[in-house]
Amino acid sequence: MAVGKVTFTKAEREKLAEVLWLLNWISVVTGAILFGLGLFLKIEIQKWQEVMSDQGILYVPHMLISTGLAACCINFLGGKICLDCADTNKFLRWKLVMMPYVVCTFFFTSCVLAGALMCYSIRSQLEESLFLGLRNAMRYYKDTDTPGRCYLKRTLDLLQIQFHCCGNTGYRDWFQVQWISNRYLDMTSSAVVDRLRNNVEGKYLMDGVPFSCCSTFSPRPCIQQQVSNSSAHFNYDQQSQQLNLWRRGCRQTLLDHYTGIMQSIGLTVLLIWLFELLVLTGVRYLQTAMENVLRLGDPESESDGWILENSLAETARSNFNIIKNLGKCYQIDDDPNINVPTAAAEQEVLSQQVQIPVTS
Amino acid sequence: MALMLVKFDLKKRVKLAQTVWFMYWFAVMAGVLVFSMGLFFKIELRKRSELMDNNESHFLPNLLIFMGLVTCGINAFGGKVCYDSLDPTKFAKWKPMLKTFLVFCVGFNALLIVTALLCFLMRIPLQFTLAEGLRNGMRYYKDTDTPGRCYMKRTLDLMQMEFRCCGNDNYRDWFEIQWVSNRYLDFSAKEVKDRIGSNVDGQYLMDGVPFSCCNPSSPRPCIQYQMTNNTAHYSYDHYTEELNVWKRGCRDALLSYYGGMMNTIGALVVLVTMLEVAVTIGLQYVNSSLSTLANPEDPESESEGWILEKTVKETFTDIMAKMKAMGKGSKVEEGGEAAVATES
Repeated sequence: MAVGKVTFTKAEREKLAEVLWLLNWISVVTGAILFGLGLFLKIEIQKWQEVMSDQGILYVPHMLISTGLAACCINFLGGKICLDCADTNKFLRWKLVMMPYVVCTFFFTSCVLAGALMCYSIRSQLEESLFLGLRNAMRYYKDTDTPGRCYLKRTLDLLQIQFHCCGNTGYRDWFQVQWISNRYLDMTSSAVVDRLRNNVEGKYLMDGVPFSCCSTFSPRPCIQQQVSNSSAHFNYDQQSQQLNLWRRGCRQTLLDHYTGIMQSIGLTVLLIWLFELLVLTGVRYLQTAMENVLRLGDPESESDGWILENSLAETARSNFNIIKNLGKCYQIDDDPNINVPTAAAEQEVLSQQVQIPVTS
Repeated sequence: MALMLVKFDLKKRVKLAQTVWFMYWFAVMAGVLVFSMGLFFKIELRKRSELMDNNESHFLPNLLIFMGLVTCGINAFGGKVCYDSLDPTKFAKWKPMLKTFLVFCVGFNALLIVTALLCFLMRIPLQFTLAEGLRNGMRYYKDTDTPGRCYMKRTLDLMQMEFRCCGNDNYRDWFEIQWVSNRYLDFSAKEVKDRIGSNVDGQYLMDGVPFSCCNPSSPRPCIQYQMTNNTAHYSYDHYTEELNVWKRGCRDALLSYYGGMMNTIGALVVLVTMLEVAVTIGLQYVNSSLSTLANPEDPESESEGWILEKTVKETFTDIMAKMKAMGKGSKVEEGGEAAVATES
C-alpha cells in the first residue's frame, strides 16, 4: 500500500512542475538567506572570540554557511529539472538524475533541521566557554607586554564598555585577580609590599576595578578604588553604590546576547526547513508521477504519485535487505556453478531409494 | 543658428524618448537619495543637539529634504511627459506647459548647485556652534541634579567614548572647570578646603579627567587623577605618555565627523545636479524634435532637435528685451524698442 498516493492528470502534472519551478527559485533565495545568516553569526562570534575559551561554537555558523551554499546549488538544479518535467520528452534527460537528486535533497533538508536544532542546543557549551574565557581574560588583563595576550586588556575594556557589564559574574571578580602589572607597582613602597605580603600567592589584590566598569548612568564621578569601603568616599551611600558601576556580569550579558541572536536565527532556519520540506514533498510527487507515466507508456494518461511505494515498514525492510545483500556480494553461496543439494532434491533421492527395494 | 542641432527620424525620436524616460527614473531615485540624506543629517544633528547648546542650524538638512521631494516630483512629471511623447495625441496635452516646465527645471538645477555649495560651506558656522556648545556642556557636567541638565554628564561621557576624544581642544580643558559636584566634596576635609581656597572663583579644580577620557588601548590601568604629577604614579612621565587618555579634542573629532558627512552629501548632490542637467537637456531635445516635424500629420517624418533655438547671445538678448518690455508695461515705445533689440 503506497504512502500518500495521489492521482495526477497531465494538466495537473504540468501545473505541479511549474509551481515547483517557482518554489525552487524561492528556495535559492532562502538558501542565500541561510548563507547570509551563517556569515552574520560567524562575524558576531569572531568579534568576541578572545573571551571564549573554545571555538566549538563555530560549528553552528559553519554548518549554516555550507547548508546555505548547498541549498542554492541543489535548488538551482531542481528548478532546472522541474522546468523540464513539464514536458515528458525533456524529462527523459533527467530520468536517471531524479532519484539521486531527491535523496540529496532529503539529506540536505535534514542538515537544515540539524542546523536549526544546533542553534538552540549550543547554550550550555557557550556558557562554559564564556566562563573559562572571561576568567582567563581577567587573569591576563595585566599582561599587555606578553605577545599573544597584549590585546586582552583592550578587548575586555571594550567589552565592558559596550555591553555595560563588569567582571565574570559581577564586579567583585576583579577583587580576586591582580589586574595591575608589576611593571607599574613601586616595589619600594611599604603600602605595596604590605599588600603583596598579605596575599598567599604574592599577588597585588585590591578592592578596585578598571575604568571600563564605570557606569555612565552614575550621577557622580566614577569611584574605582576602594569600591566596597563606604567610608572612604564622601556621601557614598547605598544608592551611589548601586549606580556607580555596571552591576551585571559579562558572562550573563554575552550569553543573553548570543542566545538572542541564535534563537532568531534558529527560528528563521526552522521556517526555511519547513519550506524546504514542502519543496521536497512536491519534487517527490513529481518524480514518482513522471516515472509512472513513462511506465504506462502514454504521456497523456493519468498517473499516480506517492511518497513511498510500499508502506513505511516494507520500505524499511527492503532497504535493509539491500544493505545486507550489498555486504554479501562477495560470498560464494549464490554461485550457480556449485552443486548445492536442496532439500527437495534430497527428498527425491530418499523416496527413490525407498522405492527401489520394493520393485526388486 | 540653433545650439547643438541634431536631426531626428522616428526611430531616433523613439530611442531618445525611451532613454530620457529611463534617466528620469534614475533621477527619481536620486531625489529619494537626496531626501534620505537630508533626513539622516537632520537626525544626526538632533542626536547631539545637546552638545551644540540646542543652537544648531537645521537650515541645510531642511533644504536637502525639500530639494529631494521637489526633485522626485519634477522627475516623475518629466518621466510621464517622456512616456507620453511617444503618442502624439497624449503629447499634445502636455505641449503648452512644457516650455514653462523646462524654464522651471533650469532654475531648479541652479538651486541644486547652490545647495551643493552650501553643503561644503556650512562647516564654518558649525565649527563655532560646536566650540560654544562643548564649552557649556563641560561646565554643566557636574549638574546631574539640575532639571534640564541632568543628562549632560551621560551625553558627554558617551560622546567622549564614542568619538575617542577628551575635552574641547584637549584633555587639559578639564583642568579648568569644576567637574565634581559640591554634593560629593567633603567640605570638612583640609585638602578640599585648601583647593577651594587657592582658587579665585572658589571652584574645586584639579588635574584630573573623567573616566570617559581613558584610552582602552593603554598598556597600563588608566591614570585619571594627578595627571601632571609624575611622582604620584610609578614609572609615569606625563610629557611622554601617549596612550593614557585620548589626545584628540572633541571639537576636532565632531567637526571632522560632521564635515566628512557634509562633504559626502555635497559630492552626491553635485552628481545629482549633473544628472538633472542631463535629463533637462534630454527633455528639451524631445520637446524641440516633436515641435519641428516636417509634416505635422505624419508621425514618421523627420525633425530637428536643439538645446536653444537661437545662439546663446541671441537668446540672452531676447530674454533681456522681453524683460524690458514687461517692465515698461503698456507704453507705446514697447513695439519700437523690441524691433531695435532684435536687429542688433
